[in-house]
Amino acid sequence: MTSTPAAAAAPGIQRDAIRSYPGFLWKALGVATNGTWLFYGWMTLLTAIALVGANAWAVQVRDGMIVTNMSDHVSWGLYIANFTFCVGLAAGGVMMVIPAYLYDDEEMHGLVIIGEAVAVAAIIMSTLSVVVDLGRPDRFWHLIPGIGKFNWPMSMLTWDIIVLNGYLVINLHIVGYLLYMKYLGRKPNPNWYVPFVFLSIIWAISIHTVTAFLYCGLGGRPFWNTSLLAPRFLASAFVSGPAFILLVLRVLRMTTGWQWSPRPAQTLIQIIRVAMSINLLMLASELFTLFYTGSGHAAAARYLFFGSHGANGLVAWIWTAIALNLIGTVLFFQPAALERSWLRIAACLCCIVGIWIEKGMGLVIPGFIPSTLHEVVEYAPSMTEWKITTGILAFGLLVLTLLVKLIAAVELKQISQPKGSGTTEAQA
Amino acid sequence: MNNLNSMPELPILNDQPTGRRSFLKACGATLGLAAWATALRPLTEWTEDLNVDEFLQKHYRELTADQKQAVFKRLEAETKENYGADVHITDSQPIPGVQFAYALNLSICIGCRKCAEACHIENNHDRTTNNSYIRVFEMQMGGIDFEKGNATYDHPVPQPGKFYMPVQCQQCENPPCVTACPIEATWQEDDGIVVVDYNWCIGCRYCEAACPYHARRFNWEKPEIPAEEINPQQGYLSNRIRPQGVMEKCTFCLHRTREGRMPACLEACPTGARVFGNVLDPDSEIRWVIENKRTFVLKEELGTKPRFYYFFDE
Repeated sequence: MTSTPAAAAAPGIQRDAIRSYPGFLWKALGVATNGTWLFYGWMTLLTAIALVGANAWAVQVRDGMIVTNMSDHVSWGLYIANFTFCVGLAAGGVMMVIPAYLYDDEEMHGLVIIGEAVAVAAIIMSTLSVVVDLGRPDRFWHLIPGIGKFNWPMSMLTWDIIVLNGYLVINLHIVGYLLYMKYLGRKPNPNWYVPFVFLSIIWAISIHTVTAFLYCGLGGRPFWNTSLLAPRFLASAFVSGPAFILLVLRVLRMTTGWQWSPRPAQTLIQIIRVAMSINLLMLASELFTLFYTGSGHAAAARYLFFGSHGANGLVAWIWTAIALNLIGTVLFFQPAALERSWLRIAACLCCIVGIWIEKGMGLVIPGFIPSTLHEVVEYAPSMTEWKITTGILAFGLLVLTLLVKLIAAVELKQISQPKGSGTTEAQA
Repeated sequence: MNNLNSMPELPILNDQPTGRRSFLKACGATLGLAAWATALRPLTEWTEDLNVDEFLQKHYRELTADQKQAVFKRLEAETKENYGADVHITDSQPIPGVQFAYALNLSICIGCRKCAEACHIENNHDRTTNNSYIRVFEMQMGGIDFEKGNATYDHPVPQPGKFYMPVQCQQCENPPCVTACPIEATWQEDDGIVVVDYNWCIGCRYCEAACPYHARRFNWEKPEIPAEEINPQQGYLSNRIRPQGVMEKCTFCLHRTREGRMPACLEACPTGARVFGNVLDPDSEIRWVIENKRTFVLKEELGTKPRFYYFFDE
């Protein structure tokens, strides 16, 4: 801060910025509750699904986790599978941040806020996925450092709580600050957000690394106990995240007047091509080690891919995932994927669903089958688990819709600070 | 619709110029709130069973002697109310200079599962699931391969060509479950026993994933036990009836063993396959077994250092 006039004016500007904030929130609420009939229909649908999920969760809390199909043999299921996938989605948002800020891609700069909004929604979904997995959500406060008892640094779960909440706060700050400055029609002060952007890059890597450590740190579960898990998590996250963002961008371009060049999406696709190739290479490497040595460590992988002792509940899942991942990869390598084609959308969907299975059900469940004492007890999610999981997804999409709608409204100047009326506005 | 600057008021509250739409929105918002309240109503039915004292209860190791007594009284009253049984909750402490260990003679175990049954009764396990902290595996002679084992056998024992291997909490010296717990709801006591504060556990089941021996159990629903079958001698950290939604595990029957008695599973064993005691006592039977038999522990390569030893006679 070398320019003295700016520094002198700063307190006045700051006061204005604080006074205008209620007006901004008020208009944001307006944006959130106004739209086309399509928008109302979409929001009503999401709310209805979230309601079904909320009701199923309330019943689960009352009657006990017996309403799920989890057991003492398979003690984590669909909830934790989705948690893992959503953390990856959140981490994947960073793949817009890196080109924009590390490589100064100007056009990506204008869209990077969408990636951050996806990260916010994904973190909310992953947190909810853990909350619904708790047997005693009423004791949630035991997890709060200072009030409860926080087993840090020993428990990997405490690390996960720190990094996930930290990532949420960082992204909320960046999104909120940039959005509000744009609303005010002011150039954002780099001191207020650039350090956080760089922090968010490291932090994005950390959330998925720590989530992998949750699993690979357990010596008693050979299927998870591999040092390749964190790199695999990151590689697949850098596919599923950008693929999901591509879908959001497509919807945004079709439903609002916001236009941009094809280049940012092409950058994302180049990233996906590299990340997916690395992901498949690591998967192949893992499978070779497991099956060629044929040790007891392969028991879970055998169950996953071929079934064992007549149990084959995951075989269809994992081969679907492998097929979708391969098809998605081939599609992404087509030149048409670099254009605004339907092929691109198909490629995104293939990779998202493929990774959702591979990193969700395909990773969590075989950790428990066979059990640590080699018993084979199978698991398939109950209706309650599907309802709750879908409810969380609907709630996450609801949050994302509102965030993106607000971002678009500010970007397209549908709402902005009235010129020269910083103080009067607050009284209106 | 594209320029909201002309509408500074929130459209819901602004009658002009969109009166009909605002009215519909207000109806929608009201309906929405009512729907959320209805959807979450089962929660209120659940909270009727909870109380503020339980909600605010501190971690076991932070309770003063007076607070502990109040908690035990409350739990006794709740057991009376919920299960119709008069129980007495105690708080046996580790004995200085005592480190417990267990040994099991695989040569004479016949797989009768009397130990598992005794555990079921002693520890007030849920009757409907027939839960027990002990799983007995029928193993194939010629190796110790759990992949060829079977814990759900249903035929007369012992069978030719088989041997039997009961597995329960190994009370590891280096317990992965304790490391995993995010809230210190489970810990190792001075005599080596790993315990759970059932009133502190949040039920995330990370410990259950971390345990290499399938020793931990979760209360998937509220345990059901007829009043007349309830064991009234209960330890706060051991065999009291567990709440729904928390973890539980074998505690070497600390409410018995810390009072100089043997674990229920040992007392029930008809062949004398089980040996329990204080390893720090040079004259104890457990010490003799460890020093003179070719003992082994399960999954030694994991570095968990179990206090549960297996051995063969021949």
